[in-house]
Amino acid sequence: MSMKEIRRFTAVQLAERIKQREISVKEAVQAALEQINEVETAIHSYVTIEEEGAMRQAEEVQKKIDSGELSGPLAGVPAAIKDNMCTEGLLTTCSSRILGNFVPTYTAEAVLNLQKAGAVILGKTNMDEFAMGSTTETSAFGITRNPWNLSHVPGGSSGGSCAAVAAQECFYALGSDTGGSIRQPSAFCGVTGLKPTYGTVSRYGLIAYGSSLDQIGPVAKDVTDCAAVLEAAASYDKKDSTSLKRQDTDFTSALGKDVKGMKIGIPRDYLGEGLEEDVRSAVLLAAKTLEGQGAMVEEFDLSLVEYAIPAYYVIACAEASSNLARFDGVKYGYRSKEYEGLHHMYKKSRSEGFGPEVKRRIMLGSFVLSSGYYDAYYLKALRTKALIKQAFDQAFAEYDVILGPAAPSTAPEIGKSLSDPLKMYLGDIYTVSVNLAGLPGITVPCGLDKKGLPIGLQLIGDCFQEKKIIQAAYAFEQARKMEVSPIAEDGASVIAGWEKSQTAEGGKEQEERA
Amino acid sequence: MSKEYETVIGLEVHVELATKTKIFCGCSTAFGGAPNTHTCPVCTGMPGSLPVLNKQVVEYAMAVGLATNCSITRYGKFDRKNYFYPDNPQNYQISQLYLPICRDGGVEIETSAGKKTIGIHEIHMEEDAGKLVHDEWEDCSLVDYNRSGVPLIEIVSEPDMRSAQEVIDYLEKLRMMIQYLGASDCKLNEGSMRADVNLSVREMGTEQLGTRTEMKNLNSFKAIARAIENEKNRQIDLLEEGKKVIQETRRWDDAKEYSYTMRSKEDAQDYRYFPEPDLVPLVISDAWISEIKERQPEFATEKMARYKQEYGLPDYDAEIITESKFLADFFEAAAKLCQKPKKVSNWLMGETMRLLKEREMEPEEIRFSPANLAKLIALTEEGSVNSTVAKEVFEKIFDEDIDPESYVKEQGLKTVNDEGELRGVVKQVIQDNPKSVEDYRNGKEKAIGFLVGQTMKAMKGKADPGMVNQLLKELL
Repeated sequence: MSMKEIRRFTAVQLAERIKQREISVKEAVQAALEQINEVETAIHSYVTIEEEGAMRQAEEVQKKIDSGELSGPLAGVPAAIKDNMCTEGLLTTCSSRILGNFVPTYTAEAVLNLQKAGAVILGKTNMDEFAMGSTTETSAFGITRNPWNLSHVPGGSSGGSCAAVAAQECFYALGSDTGGSIRQPSAFCGVTGLKPTYGTVSRYGLIAYGSSLDQIGPVAKDVTDCAAVLEAAASYDKKDSTSLKRQDTDFTSALGKDVKGMKIGIPRDYLGEGLEEDVRSAVLLAAKTLEGQGAMVEEFDLSLVEYAIPAYYVIACAEASSNLARFDGVKYGYRSKEYEGLHHMYKKSRSEGFGPEVKRRIMLGSFVLSSGYYDAYYLKALRTKALIKQAFDQAFAEYDVILGPAAPSTAPEIGKSLSDPLKMYLGDIYTVSVNLAGLPGITVPCGLDKKGLPIGLQLIGDCFQEKKIIQAAYAFEQARKMEVSPIAEDGASVIAGWEKSQTAEGGKEQEERA
Repeated sequence: MSKEYETVIGLEVHVELATKTKIFCGCSTAFGGAPNTHTCPVCTGMPGSLPVLNKQVVEYAMAVGLATNCSITRYGKFDRKNYFYPDNPQNYQISQLYLPICRDGGVEIETSAGKKTIGIHEIHMEEDAGKLVHDEWEDCSLVDYNRSGVPLIEIVSEPDMRSAQEVIDYLEKLRMMIQYLGASDCKLNEGSMRADVNLSVREMGTEQLGTRTEMKNLNSFKAIARAIENEKNRQIDLLEEGKKVIQETRRWDDAKEYSYTMRSKEDAQDYRYFPEPDLVPLVISDAWISEIKERQPEFATEKMARYKQEYGLPDYDAEIITESKFLADFFEAAAKLCQKPKKVSNWLMGETMRLLKEREMEPEEIRFSPANLAKLIALTEEGSVNSTVAKEVFEKIFDEDIDPESYVKEQGLKTVNDEGELRGVVKQVIQDNPKSVEDYRNGKEKAIGFLVGQTMKAMKGKADPGMVNQLLKELL
């Protein structure tokens, strides 16, 4: 079997081939590494690639599979981990200069769970610095390009994880989602990503951005993989006080069930102004498809949607301003070379270590928590959060699943977003409420726009109802044509063609790769 | 001084709880240990680590709250207090601002004017910080995180105290209560109990409170008393000169007996408190509160009453013994063994206190066992040793915890009860001291004391003085 053929397999398919001794774990790792070698210079999905380590893990996992110790649906499958999850002995940077040299002494619980399921870790994926951003352009270690069109961003903040899956540089990845950071880049990269109910996957070892909103989740080629990865990653963890004891984490059991009689609601608020026409029609067409399969689909008013973004940015930034205080040059990470005294050391290390978007959010968060402003901003945002949760509770009294777009547009061009942060924040309109309400949400590809960029369909469930969204997403997936990014199939020539077009344009983006 | 002033004092008392592990991780709270050996990702603020609340901390805080008549907050939360300092690895301290675990309590103290209740505003739980060590040799500062995450409760009183004596009484009452609960050893000199004094003065009779200062670095009751006296006078002097008291935090230097400004109100930091998102709300059920209530020990006041009633101890003895939980426990253990509570009390109140004072020790530092004291009491009761010998043996017990039975045997200290032998010695003494004999016969009753002493001397202390007395009278 050729490396290319191996790469085409989904994670669950690959694990089955490995179990049947058709493919060795080593071959699977080599297939991914081959693609990394071919496309990584153009895509830049990874901050750290663990080539030798992956080969060593492959041997160990193979032994366990051979001895029968490992037999799960992900045993031996190479995966990538977003660079905000701690991995013992392996650089973990959050794509920030301030953690540019940080090697954790322990491994995040979610990653440990995957390792127990037989994952081989290929490396750590690029992201917006500390997960703050919607394009992966705020990374201190260079941008990531969209595998569907190298002039576009992959979305963010889990852009590296989504691009790696779309470019077949790994078979699945872990991402994290604070305000849409799994679902939006999954939509932009044409892959499937799921943000679970808050508390389903342990946050122990996830470097916090907005603690009350952060959740780790899978990024994968299809719904089946997503369900399998979530099943492996989820666990009750005593080390995380917000972790939930759930008895219903057999997410794969929802696969293959039809949607007859399922009640699906589309918030009218999600189809209004600012939504690109191509995205609107693709999403509505997806709704029709589900209706055709027997689901009952109708539009309704969710309300409060316009308050979600301000509430989200106030809460997330407030928590971030405190969470990121520990990066001070004292214990680990970056410390400025020259300073006079403690406070100067703090100031210089943080000024030099953090990028502009992170600084912006730390300042915003510090401001809303300041005495005299706390009630007006932070407390009000918490009340808004509670009201948004109530609005969803009402909606879920009517509907099993809420359907809508994952983002108002498809992936923007590189360099177009950061100049207007407020506009970039508005792009999170369809995703942030899910985090505020602690709900599960999944994005599945539902076609391409006129430019050939992927469009994502978002399905939102009530708390603990991952199975319903998995069921609906799986049913929809059966009815659509599986599309693969051009670079996955034909990396070298796509890159060559793109480079040629860039030279023609005068190589204006050269400096960004520096 | 033309006007009369009143001093108004409130206290913030930090108490280090005696849990085995830290408040938010499983690391040991043991004192000492090489730097950074009692640490983990949580208490060193490693990225991605998360706090998990230690149940024992909550139970101790509840126990102290119940003992001080506080109401327990059924739905509580933790908050983050944000400030940058290297001893604080996350650069925020997990504490409680908005919903502290205990509120609205009080402690009763005895004053010259009778009983008085010092109100308790709140008790909250929080984590301790690490320790900075400045290396003069290398000219750098190092951090030891062994203390980081050790549980503390902060007991915030109302401004109800009016003198240094009331402050000391309140603190002693608190300390006794907390020691009885086993929630802390409350050692001021070791920092397991720390008190910050908020003090203001106002003209006698006025309602409005004056501007207060906060005094830190008070490491003993004596330092607290001195600092209060000093600060009171400083503020009155300012007011008398027509100046204003500035709201500020001051640091007490006990060696120089003066305080200086640490930071003024203008420098006060904005701690940007907000609810700790990594911890879930702390919900305390009625059942849990009842459970803690049931487990509350017998406190000093109840114990005192019982000692008086059950053992017939005098007020004074009962009070002194119950002042220290350790002493009270010791008393009960020894009393149970020898069934002579009054005798045990006598040994504790007399010789024990004398030796403690002489050796500059606290009752908690007593090393001998109740069993050995009980044995000694038995020996004296059966007349095997006389009181002089007993005192000598007791000192040996106090210092080395020896077994009095074998010691008395080995050293040959047993009282000689052989009347024949004693009679011979007494006769000899009468013969050798004709002057005293004559005095006695002439009605000088006191002269017999001298003769008893001479006999005891000849017997090397091993005789029963009562018997000697009796024999002397008989033979004279």
